[in-house]
Amino acid sequence: MDKILFLISAFLLVWGLRLQSDPASASKGNKLAAVGMLIAIFSAVIMPLENSFSNLMWIVVPLSLSALLGYLIAKNIKMTSMPQMVSIFNGLGGLSAVLLSFAEVNKWISFPDSYQIIVVIVLILSLFIGSVAFTGSLLAFAKLDGYRWSEKLTLPFQHVVNIVFLSLIIGFSYYFITTPVISFLYIIIILSFLYGIFFVAPIGGADMPVVISLLNSFTGITAALTGIIFGNIVMLLGGILVGAAGTILTVLMCNAMNRSLLNVIIGGFSSSGSSKENKEQGEVKEISDSDFAVQLFYSNKVIIIPGYGLAVAQAQKLCKEIQEALEANDVEVKYAIHPVAGRMPGHMNVLLAEADVDYSKLIELDQANGEFKTTDVAVIIGANDVVNPDAIDDSSSPLYGMPILKVWESTATVVLKRSMSAGYAGVQNPLFFKKNNKMYFGDAKESLQRLSSELKNL
Amino acid sequence: MNEILNFLIEYEILIYLLLFTILLGFEVISKVPSVLHTPLMSGANAISGIVILGAIILIRTTESDNYLTLIIAGIALFVGSINVFGGFFVTNRMLEMFNKKKKS
Repeated sequence: MDKILFLISAFLLVWGLRLQSDPASASKGNKLAAVGMLIAIFSAVIMPLENSFSNLMWIVVPLSLSALLGYLIAKNIKMTSMPQMVSIFNGLGGLSAVLLSFAEVNKWISFPDSYQIIVVIVLILSLFIGSVAFTGSLLAFAKLDGYRWSEKLTLPFQHVVNIVFLSLIIGFSYYFITTPVISFLYIIIILSFLYGIFFVAPIGGADMPVVISLLNSFTGITAALTGIIFGNIVMLLGGILVGAAGTILTVLMCNAMNRSLLNVIIGGFSSSGSSKENKEQGEVKEISDSDFAVQLFYSNKVIIIPGYGLAVAQAQKLCKEIQEALEANDVEVKYAIHPVAGRMPGHMNVLLAEADVDYSKLIELDQANGEFKTTDVAVIIGANDVVNPDAIDDSSSPLYGMPILKVWESTATVVLKRSMSAGYAGVQNPLFFKKNNKMYFGDAKESLQRLSSELKNL
Repeated sequence: MNEILNFLIEYEILIYLLLFTILLGFEVISKVPSVLHTPLMSGANAISGIVILGAIILIRTTESDNYLTLIIAGIALFVGSINVFGGFFVTNRMLEMFNKKKKS
């Protein structure tokens, strides 16, 4: 019975993940995978085991508590905080694997004959990767949530330190396997936790989504390793699926930013900094409320480029309001979505979906770049690096080579921004100084509010 | 060396499975539009919580008075299933938003 159930759940997990890679079936895919997971949990509870004990309360209580807690968190989390939440969840998954491997290794210390040495090696590997996923995810969370200390957390000779740590972990693991003393195990765990921090520390906040995806695949690999130990095929399958999927996603995200994975991990982005801050920049021109409203009102075609600034200000709904006001006057309005708009690829699509923006109005990078030439006004709301012409013109810029939205090909551009400060990559944007560009300063929400009421007065 | 060989023989089928699943995972995900990266990441993350099956098995094979192991495994189950349940719920919430829009 339990074998058949495991088979069904394995099938559902694979099929569910498959469906999740197509927008039309993604929601169904997620549900299928969830059902698969429930079946797997149920079968693990009922499967016949040698020497089993009835510790049912120890299973039911944690499961129901966490189901409730997980539901509440998922229901109440703001969509803008999605990347943070995924990283916290991933950290918990890693912690779970660490505790599990620890309990198993502990068993081995008490009964050295219960496992082969190679099994212990796999356990320690799982312990190590799980620990890195745990502390790494927590630091990634801190960076995404904008804690200042987390950005400054870099050591001199970072890469040397990392290699020393890695060698220490391998060395202690070897000692531990030959002389199983529990204090060695604690040292291995502490070193692995620290290694997770050092692994993520040099990577810039903008690259966190890539890191989370990578750590996610780490968690998958630990799940698979633990699956080998427990001889459970569904665990192995699910873990490896996530490991492989996470790796592919990581690579896809890197491609969208035109960076190599190695480059992200070494942390080239944040350190190469602003190479040309003192370059002659000219003057920026501001636009008044009424001019802006009139300009939009009498356009034929407007493209909105939403960025993270729009999301943090929670101004998606206002954006939709303005879109409707313009459409009432026969202005064609579209949204150009850069692949890394928001904080993660696809994040902006989720945020706009939350505000009920019609799917067909969202256009992707290539299509948008074909349409700017026929656009009257491109409105950039809270985005910066993704519209930086330096990515094409200036080979010394850290952004150079990143695919970007060529907004300046439109007749006019208006940038909504809080101040003249640099974007996430820490570089100034020459777009702001172009002749056909105007600035509209202020918090995205307040600015759009002003614009919206101005439009209503016309 | 013998150890490793024995391990390979003992877990032969699992190791084959491992190889094929890696290929399957790559194949399943390789052509995802960037629109879906965020939901997919959170969905895949929920699946990685499958590690809790190990916690359940461990709890079931531990003597009822071995509290240390039971507590460790119980915590593992608790934090791991937050990952599972929270992950699926939140992915569902995101994807429903896409759906809602398509109907209108």
